Amino acid sequence: MKFNRIKLFAFAITTSLMAFNCSNDDDNITVPTGPDFTGTFIQEDQMARPAVGTVFVSTGNKDAFNVTTPSQQSSAFQMMFQNNLEALSPAYSNPGDANALGLTSSQFSGLLATDVLNVSLDGTTTFFDGTNVLTGRALADDVITVELILIFGGETGLTNSENPGLSDDNVNTNDKAFLSSFPYLATPW
Amino acid sequence: MKKTKFLITAAIIGISSIVAIAADHIDAPAVTGGTNDITDFYAFQGQNTSNLVLVANVQGLLSPGSTANASFDENTLIEFNIDTNNDNIEDLVIQAVPRDGKMYFFGPAAPSQTGLNSTILTDDAVGSVDITNYGQNAITATENGMQFFAGPRDDPFFFDSGQYNAIIDGMATSFNNPGNDSFAGTNVLSIVVEVPKSLVGGLGTINTWIESKRKQ
Repeated sequence: MKFNRIKLFAFAITTSLMAFNCSNDDDNITVPTGPDFTGTFIQEDQMARPAVGTVFVSTGNKDAFNVTTPSQQSSAFQMMFQNNLEALSPAYSNPGDANALGLTSSQFSGLLATDVLNVSLDGTTTFFDGTNVLTGRALADDVITVELILIFGGETGLTNSENPGLSDDNVNTNDKAFLSSFPYLATPW
Repeated sequence: MKKTKFLITAAIIGISSIVAIAADHIDAPAVTGGTNDITDFYAFQGQNTSNLVLVANVQGLLSPGSTANASFDENTLIEFNIDTNNDNIEDLVIQAVPRDGKMYFFGPAAPSQTGLNSTILTDDAVGSVDITNYGQNAITATENGMQFFAGPRDDPFFFDSGQYNAIIDGMATSFNNPGNDSFAGTNVLSIVVEVPKSLVGGLGTINTWIESKRKQ
């Protein structure tokens, strides 16, 4: 469909150029220029950390969150994140309760509400690999299990979860092997 | 063609009621199932450790049968945002926008303005790559020290979102073992950029995010 349109367009240009040549009026030939990149583009969706918008942003606020710049997100949405976190994992409402990173409900929701992905330019890039925390996101990172541990696992979530049935979805790898070189992602199904 | 698109959209919306929770797949009413719908973002050190790889995936949950019909939208700009001084405001952007079967890239460069509105940084054009068609070997391009890819790929995301939803809805009390990858066998449209770290801050930690923006 698209290809046909391009062909038609090419034919039309060729025809018009030939028509100009016939008229012997070479001064008016318009040289085809490059693609048109003009115009203003207005934001509709945004994303940084995996699943954050989906899990912590209430249904009625999803579009609003997607058009709030990260520097404004915490002041606009931190309380909503905290309420949703405590609704998901009620232990967080107990004073002093924290997750495996030692973050309380307000600290953890404050971190998440500014939805940017922190990336280290100095070495290992991973969401969490047992040692490095939030230094990027690699394709094979089991980001959901990391998030489940931080939401449901409690202070000892990494070794002895408070809610073992909720802190691992038991899907630990992708359904296709990744490539070691560019473009890294596996071929489509 | 229109009818096919409608059926695909209907199918995606149908799936969305089953798979409501994902990395960011089909997460918000204004973008659900559209060409602007971001599914995932990855940022990791490249095979060449002097480089950073940025991946933006859009249009998730494509079945193998519908992938050939999926295409990037010429009115949708995908923008990688890079904050180098930890104020969560973009200092640099890398822009990707398709024209006539090619994906064109601009930056990394300072945006003409920060925030929700963008214009394309045509003075900072760095390269382009032919968009790989479904069933074709990956076409990549290297220009100005950067590498580019655009086209369908296996969705790298994995999650038993079906069971998660069952738990949230009170239909189950725990995950299964083994779990079931709700994204197995599905594809996305990917834009992959590999960029020298020296062009996006050099050292230390940067903050990154991606945006889809529609031409007005």
